[in-house]
Amino acid sequence: MLHIKCPHCGMRSQNEFSYGGDATVKRPELGKEISDQDWDNFVYNRKSLRGKHLELWQHLSGCRQWIKVERDTATHEIFRTLKANEDNS
Amino acid sequence: MDQNFRLSDGGLINRDKKLSFKFNHKTYYGYEGDTLASALIANGVHLIGRSFKYHRPRGFFGAGVDEPYAMVQLYRNGETEPNIKATEQELFEGLEATSVNCWPSVNFDIGAINNFLKIFLPAGFYYKTFMWPKSFWYKVYEPFIRKAAGLGVASIKHDKERYEHKYEYCDLLIAGSGPSGLASAYAAAKNGARVILAEDKARFGGTLLTSEVNIGNKSGKDWAEGIIAELKEMPNVTVKNRSQVFGYYDHNMLVMSERISDHLPKTKKFHPKQRLWYIRAKEVLISSGSIERPIVFGNNDTPGVMLSSAAKEYLKVYGVLVGRNPLIFTNNDSGYETAIEFKKNGVDPTILDTRKDPQSEIINEAKNLGINIKFSYVVVAAKGYKKVKSADIAKISDDKEQLGSVENIKCDCICVSGFWTPTIHLASQSGNKTKFNEEIDAFVPGRSKQNETTLGAANGSYTLEETLKNSFETAYDLSKKITNNDNKISLPNVVEKKSTIHDKFWCVPLPKGKNYKRFLDFQNDVAVSDIEIALKEGYRSIEHVKRYTTLGMATDQGKTSNLNGLQLVSNIENKVVPNVGHTTFRPPYTPVSIGAIVGREVGKHSKPTRKSPMHKWHEQNNAIFVDAGVWLRPRYYKQGNENLFEASKREAKNVRTNVGICDVTTLGKIDIKGPDAAELLNRVYTNAWLKLPVGKARYGVMLREDGIVMDDGTTTRISENHYHMTTTTAQAANVLSHLEYYLQLVWPELNVNVVSTTEQWAGAAVAGPKSRDLLQKLFPKSDVSNEGLPFMGFIEGDLFGVKARIFRISFSGELAYEVNVESDNGNFMWEKIMEVGQEFKIQPYGTEALSTLRIEMGHLAGSELDGRTIPYDNSLEGLLSKKKDFIGKRSLTRKAFTAEDRQKIVGVVPLDKKTSIPEGSHLVKDSNAPLPNPKLGYISASCWSVEHDNPFSLAILKNGKNMIGEKLFVMSPLKNKVIPVEIVSSHYVDPKGERVRS
Ligand SMILES: [Zn+2]
Repeated sequence: MLHIKCPHCGMRSQNEFSYGGDATVKRPELGKEISDQDWDNFVYNRKSLRGKHLELWQHLSGCRQWIKVERDTATHEIFRTLKANEDNS
Repeated sequence: MDQNFRLSDGGLINRDKKLSFKFNHKTYYGYEGDTLASALIANGVHLIGRSFKYHRPRGFFGAGVDEPYAMVQLYRNGETEPNIKATEQELFEGLEATSVNCWPSVNFDIGAINNFLKIFLPAGFYYKTFMWPKSFWYKVYEPFIRKAAGLGVASIKHDKERYEHKYEYCDLLIAGSGPSGLASAYAAAKNGARVILAEDKARFGGTLLTSEVNIGNKSGKDWAEGIIAELKEMPNVTVKNRSQVFGYYDHNMLVMSERISDHLPKTKKFHPKQRLWYIRAKEVLISSGSIERPIVFGNNDTPGVMLSSAAKEYLKVYGVLVGRNPLIFTNNDSGYETAIEFKKNGVDPTILDTRKDPQSEIINEAKNLGINIKFSYVVVAAKGYKKVKSADIAKISDDKEQLGSVENIKCDCICVSGFWTPTIHLASQSGNKTKFNEEIDAFVPGRSKQNETTLGAANGSYTLEETLKNSFETAYDLSKKITNNDNKISLPNVVEKKSTIHDKFWCVPLPKGKNYKRFLDFQNDVAVSDIEIALKEGYRSIEHVKRYTTLGMATDQGKTSNLNGLQLVSNIENKVVPNVGHTTFRPPYTPVSIGAIVGREVGKHSKPTRKSPMHKWHEQNNAIFVDAGVWLRPRYYKQGNENLFEASKREAKNVRTNVGICDVTTLGKIDIKGPDAAELLNRVYTNAWLKLPVGKARYGVMLREDGIVMDDGTTTRISENHYHMTTTTAQAANVLSHLEYYLQLVWPELNVNVVSTTEQWAGAAVAGPKSRDLLQKLFPKSDVSNEGLPFMGFIEGDLFGVKARIFRISFSGELAYEVNVESDNGNFMWEKIMEVGQEFKIQPYGTEALSTLRIEMGHLAGSELDGRTIPYDNSLEGLLSKKKDFIGKRSLTRKAFTAEDRQKIVGVVPLDKKTSIPEGSHLVKDSNAPLPNPKLGYISASCWSVEHDNPFSLAILKNGKNMIGEKLFVMSPLKNKVIPVEIVSSHYVDPKGERVRS
């Protein structure tokens, strides 16, 4: 079970969180023309990365905030966690 | 004779407390402090079971967790449990156990015929032999194997015992209470760290209980007792015996299973049987010690052949002799300790040492005691079937390849020591890349991946002084880092016997013309010849060899077999062991009961049970409940001898003719507030929301980004910036997360707050042609006329002094309202409505009638919005705004979603108007078509239409829009039904929707 530092609440066990996928995917703007390919990339196509991965988690049984977690998908090492509005660069 | 092999004194058992127990239905006696194994050996019982494949007789091999054979079926307090190691099970009064893996009995086992057929049962025999002919598998091979094999029988009764889970945090978790565990726990605790010390056995101390050593002028055992007593008194220390740390998981979380009651005849009141600890430790010290390695020789699985350390433990801890004429077979000094212990107790052992001329303190001691020692000697084969009777021994050449002439000597046990294998399982589980240590021919932990340090024998350090020194220092350093304290313990004076190097010898060659089975894996019956076959057949990777031969795959996880297997592979392949590599260790280190894993989350406690505020009323009025997610909802209210069908028909009919009331508290409710609330709804729902006036509700459908319908429900504008959203019962939590996702991550600029209010409101649907008349009486001060409260209208009202929200919305398709009050007033509301409704013949209706009503109306529920359908499939395309964008809209232009013959919801009526249609059935054109019969669609929901008095179903049907009037077949192979049907509109009742507006 991972130990995740919620930027709002502190260190918490994984079972308080739910996983939300790749945090680097940006939803296309509403009402904007978009090609089938770009839309498919947004909805379906994800890299199955081995290594550092910026991902979303929601602190479901805590503050209910969506947060960003930088995690190694192979070793589960967590490098840092960020609030939703924090820049991940 | 009673306990014939028990010494007259000695050991750590309590001789004042004699216990009776039964093994294979025969009564024996032992003492408190015995294990089942030690008590049986005390009674001279060595035949415990039969081996897995060849059904060869099996006895005891070890004295603890490493035991590969002695698994029994245990009976305790009316319950039975398989896969119990006799070497770990503590004796209690009235214990009963039986052998496993033998049929009909341990003495006469029909499966032993496999032993004579063993030429036919080589490596991979399951893969090869039983594949042909295929039809034989189910009828012949499988039942036979099932009956003859297996390691006990699981109980099919409900387990009445209680199991608990506990979550704990600490600075240092120390796994194992041998010298390194005790020393490090003591040093860290004295330095102020929060310490948990776990010991899997009943007694603390590990090898200190059996070693002839002195620490600080005390015997090892007394020193251990003193340390434990002191640790137990310290507030920052938790000391746990009978507790196995079996798994090392991510982020330094370890799981430990504590056996609280297994050693007692009966679990004490208010005590659990076992407790599972989830421990998050800042640092982990692995002090799990080492396990003695066998030496491989002919018939080395015969009962009476056992590890030399186990023989010593039986002597020193239990006061039990494993034999009166022992043969010690060793390649190192450890065997001498056992021999000396025998000698001290008046038994004359013979030592066979594979080494030519070793010199050390302990060897001299043995010589001085007059023990018969034969150097450069090996055991070629054990003789005897159900128990060792003698041994064939021979001199071995210096290169260890040639055997001299074989002699036979009498003995009743063979105690083997092939040196020591560090227990690296936990380190390996944590991700530690282990490395091979040439000096000890074994793997030791390498670079730590998590915050873990391995100490003592588990790290390949086999001298006490070095172990204590390292343990004190490591624990001091780690605790100082955590606590910033600086209390250092000085190393006590250590007295131990120095030993000399071991012989890298592990397998006795076969004498000419002999073909003895030489076992590597005792539990899975894997012999040297099996590995040879696997390699001959081309298996190279150790992981493949393991799976093909099942080496190390039994419940003991190869604790005694792994390294010898690796040695063999590397010898044949001319590789060195580190290049062969070892297979991956995975949790659990030892078997864990399913009960402990599940904990309290069984039966009713497997998930929370949510009840509406009106639950008690439902109970009192004969409601039969059904699980709706975590909610309990009335399915129907039973009157007299009614069954489900009759009751739900009556209830639904009453809604269509009079008025009914249904508990809809379980619907998800989300309060939405903020200046941008309308904008959020407009983006989330597929239809337009910006112009919804205050006091009005609207039906909405929300999609996922992939265009699939996520949920539907009505949302009401309570005031300017305040909305009340309802969701389906099942999707309530997902919809809230969905809204939070978009508000927090995608459109943070929207000024909106959302919060779940599902539990804040109690809801009652009041439905039927007489519902308005009833409502007028309930709310005399409110205008509930069709003009005052039109369809999809909302007002607030006063229900006999209680504030209520009244929504004119309908799921049943009748003129209907939903009344919400604060949860605390739910029961009051319900009773008032029932009371006032009497004159209108009000009846409560449950989910079954609710389903009937919505199905014949063609309204949607979870069985249509099942995560596979788009709006068009559910005839919701009219709700898709063309003017604005919304979540998932772009996906709806995809080719498959716009196909001309796209599936669509339809109604289905059986031609005979009688036969009920099973849900989940398929729709086909030709019921006699060859298989696979092309499926045109499926039945999503079925009911008995109360309006038409015949069966009616909803279906999702390919090209549904052009299928109305077609005749098809419903097929249900599960129910063995073929029903000719006609396709009709999904709106079977009131297709124009006049009633809801009346
Ligand atoms: Zn949080």
